[in-house]
Amino acid sequence: MLYGLFIASCGIAIGSALMAITRLNASHALIYLVITLLSLAVIFFLLGAPFAAALQIVIYAGAIVVLFLFVVMMLNLGRRSVERERQWLLPGIWVIPSILAGALFVILGIALIGVENQAVIDGEMIGPRRVGAALVGPYVLAVELAGVLLLAGLVGAYHLGRRYLDERRER
Amino acid sequence: MMDATGGIPLEHVIWFAITLFLIGVVGILIRRNVIFILLSLELMMNAAAVVFIAAGAFHDQADGQVMFMFILALAAAEVAVALGLVVQLSRRFKTLDIDAASEMTG
Amino acid sequence: MMNLLWLIPTFPLAGFLILCATEGKLPKVVTACIGAGSVGLSAIAATLVGWEFVTSDSTSYSQVLWTWMVVGDFNVSISLYLDYLALVMVGVITGVGFLIHLYATGYMWDEEGYSRFFAYMNLFVFAMLLLVLGDSLLLLFLGWEGVGLCSYLLIGFFHTDPANGYAARKAFVVTRVGDTALILGLFLLFREVGTLDIQQSLDGARDIWPDGSVMNTAIALLLLGGAIGKSAQVPLQTWLPDAMAGPTPVSALIHAATMVTAGVYLIARMQDLYLLSETATLCVAVVGLVTLFIASFTALVQSDIKRVLAFSTMSQIGYMFFALGVGAWSAAIFHLMTHAFFKALLFLASGSVILALHHEQDMHKMGGLWRKLPIPFWSMLIGSAALAALPFTSGFVSKDAILLTAAHSETLGMTFWSIAVAAAFMTSLYTVRMMYLTFFGETKTEPHDKSKANMWLPLLVLSVLSIGGGWLGFTVLGTLFGDKGVPFELHLKELVAIATMCVPLLGVLVGYLLFATNVFDRRKISDSAPGKAVGRFWFVGWGFDKIYDSLIVNPFRWLARVNKSDAVDYLYRFTTLVARIFHNLLTVSQNGRLRWYALTMFSGLLFVLIVVALI
Repeated sequence: MLYGLFIASCGIAIGSALMAITRLNASHALIYLVITLLSLAVIFFLLGAPFAAALQIVIYAGAIVVLFLFVVMMLNLGRRSVERERQWLLPGIWVIPSILAGALFVILGIALIGVENQAVIDGEMIGPRRVGAALVGPYVLAVELAGVLLLAGLVGAYHLGRRYLDERRER
Repeated sequence: MMDATGGIPLEHVIWFAITLFLIGVVGILIRRNVIFILLSLELMMNAAAVVFIAAGAFHDQADGQVMFMFILALAAAEVAVALGLVVQLSRRFKTLDIDAASEMTG
Repeated sequence: MMNLLWLIPTFPLAGFLILCATEGKLPKVVTACIGAGSVGLSAIAATLVGWEFVTSDSTSYSQVLWTWMVVGDFNVSISLYLDYLALVMVGVITGVGFLIHLYATGYMWDEEGYSRFFAYMNLFVFAMLLLVLGDSLLLLFLGWEGVGLCSYLLIGFFHTDPANGYAARKAFVVTRVGDTALILGLFLLFREVGTLDIQQSLDGARDIWPDGSVMNTAIALLLLGGAIGKSAQVPLQTWLPDAMAGPTPVSALIHAATMVTAGVYLIARMQDLYLLSETATLCVAVVGLVTLFIASFTALVQSDIKRVLAFSTMSQIGYMFFALGVGAWSAAIFHLMTHAFFKALLFLASGSVILALHHEQDMHKMGGLWRKLPIPFWSMLIGSAALAALPFTSGFVSKDAILLTAAHSETLGMTFWSIAVAAAFMTSLYTVRMMYLTFFGETKTEPHDKSKANMWLPLLVLSVLSIGGGWLGFTVLGTLFGDKGVPFELHLKELVAIATMCVPLLGVLVGYLLFATNVFDRRKISDSAPGKAVGRFWFVGWGFDKIYDSLIVNPFRWLARVNKSDAVDYLYRFTTLVARIFHNLLTVSQNGRLRWYALTMFSGLLFVLIVVALI
């Protein structure tokens, strides 16, 4: 049963991912992305990582994609943009990327098949307690660095979002 | 909580991750709108996250989830900065077409 | 006191460095003091060192300055070597040099670049002293090149006129030909005897080679080649007349007294090599003989007073080479010394005349100056007398010693003697012509005598030396080459000796009749067709310039014109062309579009993975 749920979630994830990249309306695409992320959360749960699943929903789907949506709304992409997307997304444009992706798939597949190991994940829960212990234990330096990274992202986002970068005077 | 019968083969998880990653790659290559490109980028990062979680679960260690958290932090910071760039792009070039910003030619 | 030897070259070097550093910003009087004073101090040091050397019993003295390098067994040190030969040279260079510098402080007073002039002159004196005092052929060569450089700089001193630059380049290039022969000789010598220290290499040469060995002759001839270039002998003599484009003190110092005698010094210094090879010695004599003969005729038909003196110098140095070649080593060096005295005197006196006539150098425009410019007149008279080897002048003693030694030499003695005596006759002839055209007859240009004490004082001293210097020879120079030179005596009883003494007097008489009176009609001889042709031929230096122009200079110019776009450059341009082509090809892939970059990135990843998967 674990396996069945896993396959179902995989299917939903892949399906909605495909939908996400082929929509003409940005907001629709983002909603499909949310679905993908939620199904990924299910997969994480099935693999025995409830903490990761929770974080996926809260932060990824709940903050990052929402941020995307805010920006899309702010930029006010209306009907004209949908028309434009239709012009841009031509069937001919799929050829080379598909070939490339197919080749890459084949290569990675060959690499994967060559592995003889029959590894099975048995879904033992690795709870938040263990993750927390690891974070303040061996990975505490990385946590600090992640904090610095977020600070940098904060400052960068503030600066890049300012209005008078392009107008060169106080507003 | 769940019973241990019918575990998930690691190989299948990785197949899934590969597929998701490649969908992200294709998405970057075929769309001209910046928002969609960033969206595809997120797909790729999630695919990587799946592999990490799976590996951590296989070896019964918390390290996989720890890596996932860092990926999360990375994605958050990157999205913030990227969207700031998108805002600037739209102000400067009055469009979200990524091909409009091609002045750094050789 | 002899350890003051190192000061002798150092004073002029210091003068040069000071004048370089101050770049002409010092007041003229200070520049004059430094320029002439440095050489004066050097002369004083030379006197002190020389006095002690002469009164002591030693025949040589070495002073090691410092060790240049030690490579295994190869130990090279910079040191100075003094023996009688070097002492004579040092005395000439510093003594006559000081007098010329003193004269130049007055002569060059109104010219541009006063400080630059004395800087170059001091550098020249330093290089020349290094040449004669160096104990190894390396130092000699360093001095050799240094004087060549200074000659170039000083000939082209008035650099705003391109003709002067041409003359300077010509001098440098022609002497360069000689320098190449010299350096080949040095290479060979080093390879054979393994050292460049002069005394050691001569000892080595005596040990290794029997009389008349080919290698020895080859080296001696190559060194002769170098000497020919520097001393303006045939066939490399074409630069000396053009070198008169430089200021008169330069002509006096470099092209009369010192640099052109460097070749004579070289051969005298490497005496043992020549004693071992009869062929080489014969070549030296022949070179000298040919030059002295050709130059004396050429001097007869020149109009420019400095060119007369230049060809006269060429001829007199020919006498020195000739003397070396017939075995009169001491006489050659003695003639070098006396020649320095009277030739410098002649040049400086003519410089006074030229200055007084506002830089007029054409003798046909001079005349009637003997009352108006007394000091130059008497100086030139004395100098000319010494040049023509009239009795009781210093020139008489030295030249007659040479001629008599030549007459007594074994095989071609009388042939040599007769040619040399004929040239002595011509010497008197052109000297009288020069004096007559310059100082007698009607005045064509009015002189304004601007001489001050610092100009007529050197003339006075040199006049005294030109007369009295002969007596010096008997005492000092007998010891110069000891047993290797021919004994230094005058046999007044022989016919040859009497003839040698009388020929110059005969020349003076004929000259007087020819130029001052109308006994032979000059016009008829010079205006007749053969007269004109011969005159023309003599005037252009017997055609050497023309030969060199057509054989060497013009083909080279043609080649340079043909190769104007520089064929070799194509090789380098090809490299840049290839780089540019690849650049143009590769920038196609840099079109600034993000999706293109992403595509290429993934393609690259694919490629790498394929390679990894296949391996």
